[in-house]
Amino acid sequence: MTQSFRGEDYIEVRDLTVDFDGFKAIEGVDVTFMQGRLHFLIGPNGAGKTTLVDALTGLVQGTGRAEFRNENLLTMKSHKIVRLGVGRTFQTASVFEQLSVLQNLDIAAGLHRKAAGLLLRRRKVPESVERALETIGLTSLANRPAGILAHGQKQWLEVGMLLVQDAQVMFLDETVAGMSTEERDETGELLQRIAGDRTIVVIEHDMDFMRRYADFVTVMHGGKVLAEGTVVEIQADPQVQEVYLGTAGEVVANG
Amino acid sequence: MTSTITEASEIPDERELPEPSVVESKDFSAANLFHTYAPLAGIAILALVLLVWAPNSLSSFRLGNLGKYCAWALAAVGIGLAWGRGGMLVMGQGVFFGLGGYVMAMHMKLEAAGPGNVPDFMVLYGDATMPSWWEPFRSGPFTLFAIIALPAFVSFVLGSAILKRRVKGAYFAILTQALAVAFATLLVATIKQTGGFNGLNSFTTVFGHNLFDPAIKKNLYLIVAGLLILCLLIVWQLSRSRYGELLVATRDAEERIRFLGYDPADIKLVAFVVAAIMASIGGAMFVPLVGIISPSDVDASASIMLIAGVALGGRASLLGPALGALAVGLGQSMLSEQFPTQWTYFQGALFIVVLLFLPGGVASLWSKLTGVFPRRSRAVGATTPEPEVVS
Repeated sequence: MTQSFRGEDYIEVRDLTVDFDGFKAIEGVDVTFMQGRLHFLIGPNGAGKTTLVDALTGLVQGTGRAEFRNENLLTMKSHKIVRLGVGRTFQTASVFEQLSVLQNLDIAAGLHRKAAGLLLRRRKVPESVERALETIGLTSLANRPAGILAHGQKQWLEVGMLLVQDAQVMFLDETVAGMSTEERDETGELLQRIAGDRTIVVIEHDMDFMRRYADFVTVMHGGKVLAEGTVVEIQADPQVQEVYLGTAGEVVANG
Repeated sequence: MTSTITEASEIPDERELPEPSVVESKDFSAANLFHTYAPLAGIAILALVLLVWAPNSLSSFRLGNLGKYCAWALAAVGIGLAWGRGGMLVMGQGVFFGLGGYVMAMHMKLEAAGPGNVPDFMVLYGDATMPSWWEPFRSGPFTLFAIIALPAFVSFVLGSAILKRRVKGAYFAILTQALAVAFATLLVATIKQTGGFNGLNSFTTVFGHNLFDPAIKKNLYLIVAGLLILCLLIVWQLSRSRYGELLVATRDAEERIRFLGYDPADIKLVAFVVAAIMASIGGAMFVPLVGIISPSDVDASASIMLIAGVALGGRASLLGPALGALAVGLGQSMLSEQFPTQWTYFQGALFIVVLLFLPGGVASLWSKLTGVFPRRSRAVGATTPEPEVVS
């Protein structure tokens, strides 16, 4: 492996299994998400990518271990996991459409506030919110309702919400799906900008996008990890070519 | 304000949506000041009507009736918070109305009996011994404390149990409704301790003041009207606070809130407890104003009457629940004089018709007619986007 690993702030998943009434959506997955790199999670539909993220964020029950900062994420409730610094987005952008862009970010920034502060009105824009607005490039739209944003902008707003939450680990579920080419490029650059010492995990179908921005790739298939490595290593892997990249042209088209 | 399509050239996929409701402190434009303080002006007008006009214009009888509607409106303001902004269809607020009412009634019953004596109904139906848990209610300060603390405690325990288990929607409504039924049944069954079906009545004094004195009656009215204004101010502040935004966000996307690091149950629990306390205060004021509290004032149908007023007025608006409750109270008085037995049907029909054809209540009429979204009280709450009954 050629990557430089800066920190110890990683998620270590060991023997993770998610069992839906006998159907094992994920079986015995071992994977480590390291700090400071864009980690792509790829695989055909039904490979278990989203289920893996669901299990790590408390949305579905899983067995095994997923260690982050000496806590086992699999035993924690969703909101506690978020407070620990693990955030996620969803395949369909789920911003609060009635609220303005600014309010969306402000609500996301709220988890670090004291309860009594919640009973007051917002007087000024918190600094973390202003910075996030700059980073995601939505400053000029701060006071617009999130509902009028374009698809891509909504996804950036979601990323901005993770930024103000101060999420050290970000799971981004098909963030660039449905985006135009320019929006994809901007998103890729945005992710590289914010990666820093964060851990960013991107679920993706778009192979071009992956090739351009991935530091590290995990390929899943049938609920298991098929291969791991850099983009070059993955592309050279005959197993991956067989089950995934070989038919990638078609799969990607409808992904 | 009617159109948001201006200056949106850089935004693709534009649709007509309400203008953002953010009111920045930097922005002191007239429009923003208006939208921040219009609700406050509404409360001020209501305060003038209730506290200045009514006492000087209405007969003692009418004023007493208005006081009774104000007691219901207190409960309705809480329901507006829990249901309109929190999405919890609280169908059993009669329980908390009853807790406050019975606490107050027990104290007044003991006052009427005199020191050392037991209330008359215990002699009539029982063996003239008083249960020990009645004893503390001889104390006025304890009674006032219990009017707040008892519903707060009960709603906290019930709310935690219900909300932490993620019970919501229709199940939440049915559960709270069942609590009201159980509460009324319990009261009826314990005639020796609570007066049973007859409830508690024949009071003479309230905190040492003669209930038949017109000046005392007027003061009681002024207190209940003042409390109503106070509770409206509390809900106004809550709904423009960050908590208020969070509560509406929880109503609209509970699962999303979880991934912002909040437990939705905690957020909803606060609104549930506040609503319970307001209902309890309403119940406590109801007793000296009306002179009786019985299971029929707190049962399922009484709870639905409270909800019907809120639905009529507009559950997500600030003044809607209070005005709706006042209107339903007035309607009940007028209609029940002519059709004493059919009032319940009117009330049920009203609830259904409003929710079917005007889910946002009368408060949404204006925007419906003009097609304009009102930007009232931080807008998010004022405009009910989903006409969903039990969300």
